[in-house]
Amino acid sequence: MPAPLPFRPRRFARLTDQVMRVGLWGLAAAFIAVLLVFVGVILKQGWPVLHLGFLTRMPETLDAGGGIKPEIFNSLYLVALSLAIALPIGLGAGIYMAEYAGQGRALRFLRLCIETLAATPSIVLALFGMIVFVQMMGWSFSIRSGAVTLALLNIPVITRVTEVSLLGVPRELMEASYGLGATKLQTILKVALPYAATGILTGLVLTAGRAFGESAILVFTAGTNTSQVFPDFRLTVPGETLSVHLWYVTSDGTLPDAREIAAGTAAVMIVVLLALNLLVRFLDRAIRRRTR
Amino acid sequence: MLSPQTPITKPVKLSVRDMDFRYGEKKVLDGLSMDIQAERVTAIIGPSGCGKSTFLKCFNRIHEVSSAVKVTGDIKIDGVDIYRGGIDEVDLRRRVGMVFQKPNPFPKSIYENVAFGPRLFGVKDRTTLDGLVESALRKAALWEEVKDRLKESATGMSGGQQQRLCIARALAVNPEVLLMDEPCSALDPIATAKIEELIFELKENLTIVIVTHNMQQAARVSDYTAFFWLGKLIEMDLTERIFTTPRERMTEDYLTGRFG
Repeated sequence: MPAPLPFRPRRFARLTDQVMRVGLWGLAAAFIAVLLVFVGVILKQGWPVLHLGFLTRMPETLDAGGGIKPEIFNSLYLVALSLAIALPIGLGAGIYMAEYAGQGRALRFLRLCIETLAATPSIVLALFGMIVFVQMMGWSFSIRSGAVTLALLNIPVITRVTEVSLLGVPRELMEASYGLGATKLQTILKVALPYAATGILTGLVLTAGRAFGESAILVFTAGTNTSQVFPDFRLTVPGETLSVHLWYVTSDGTLPDAREIAAGTAAVMIVVLLALNLLVRFLDRAIRRRTR
Repeated sequence: MLSPQTPITKPVKLSVRDMDFRYGEKKVLDGLSMDIQAERVTAIIGPSGCGKSTFLKCFNRIHEVSSAVKVTGDIKIDGVDIYRGGIDEVDLRRRVGMVFQKPNPFPKSIYENVAFGPRLFGVKDRTTLDGLVESALRKAALWEEVKDRLKESATGMSGGQQQRLCIARALAVNPEVLLMDEPCSALDPIATAKIEELIFELKENLTIVIVTHNMQQAARVSDYTAFFWLGKLIEMDLTERIFTTPRERMTEDYLTGRFG
């Protein structure tokens, strides 16, 4: 006669499960509520200001009624430029770390550098950019100083995203490619990168969002003025962005309608960021359908 | 040396002499020697962890892409040493194709999967590619099933079809040897039967080495069988002889299920 098994019915297992489910659902709901209120308030305050004139006029320095046309352009232009600089470097470094570097000291050192750069407060990058590009290189407050410094913010994120996405490529697919006589480069280009594309792209758009909202770096490198020409693609002119404008009008205090302009600017930024995030999801789905 | 006798011997395609294989400090294969004949199916059987998959991967050096390994002794293809004979491992893998344990089609269309190999070697012309894809799919007995949906994703196929697609993909670069690493372990019996039938047809002009944990499968598809145990080759002979009158006691014990 075997001894009875020491299994007791777990009376509270089901209850615990229910409590956890409700608790976690509540947390998620609370978070969404906070977010909705936050976005709602910004959009509500900005809504009365958001008319075509606000988006298409030049800003005023002393009088009310200024627009944010050049700031919108500068924001997008700087994000595009900084990504254009950061993408090849970040992509290359990420590919190197995931596929070429061995598991040795060099890789650990490189990873430490990348992580340190990623964790560097943006104000530190801002002052670095101001000292090196604005002063030493003599580029003054300009689009190019801003774009290069902003790229420093983007590079570690893109590197990390690329590395992680590439490490996530199933080994079987890499082996299949090598097994057919593909070289390492062919395997990376034809199998690994297409598979990793959705991850890299998602990271890229999130990076764009972060760069779009960045202010400290651009205050110190791209300046708080804009060119009087529109659109001005020159790299040597100052380029105040939306987030810098938001900060500047509220802290400078010479504009009678600073509050309205700030509210409108914030609303525009929120809308652009929402659009960016929707773009990520759309692109992710489109690419996933083709490569997974 | 263990050299199987057979009435119709074919030329030796792959020869292995005194081969040791190490992962770091660990010796996985120990003093292996065998000849594998062209246009024949050679099965490798043995309990899990006996080194049979590792042995298979030595023929196309694919383990080198993910880890540092050390191979000593000789492995020759058509008399040329594949480790020291000046053969480029990338070129070797074109000549020695591989089918893996789990079907691993690329997440691309059926057509692109088969065209992947030829494209690597610079085939761009659409008509040539179409021809290569069709002939590879025909050889893998898949053409009739997929000819109307070549543009569809390969990942939507059944497991058995995926594995035959992987065989077609391997055949598309016209290899001389096909290594199969437990190709049916993830498949149902019907899909398995199809692959086995295919193996029988393919050996017409291909040297096939198949690792299997399924002894009945080895008996059904192979001409020669090698029994591995703990990284050593215990016995190799004509499959018929291995399964009826093995010379080694250990082989008999394994085949009759007394250990393994």
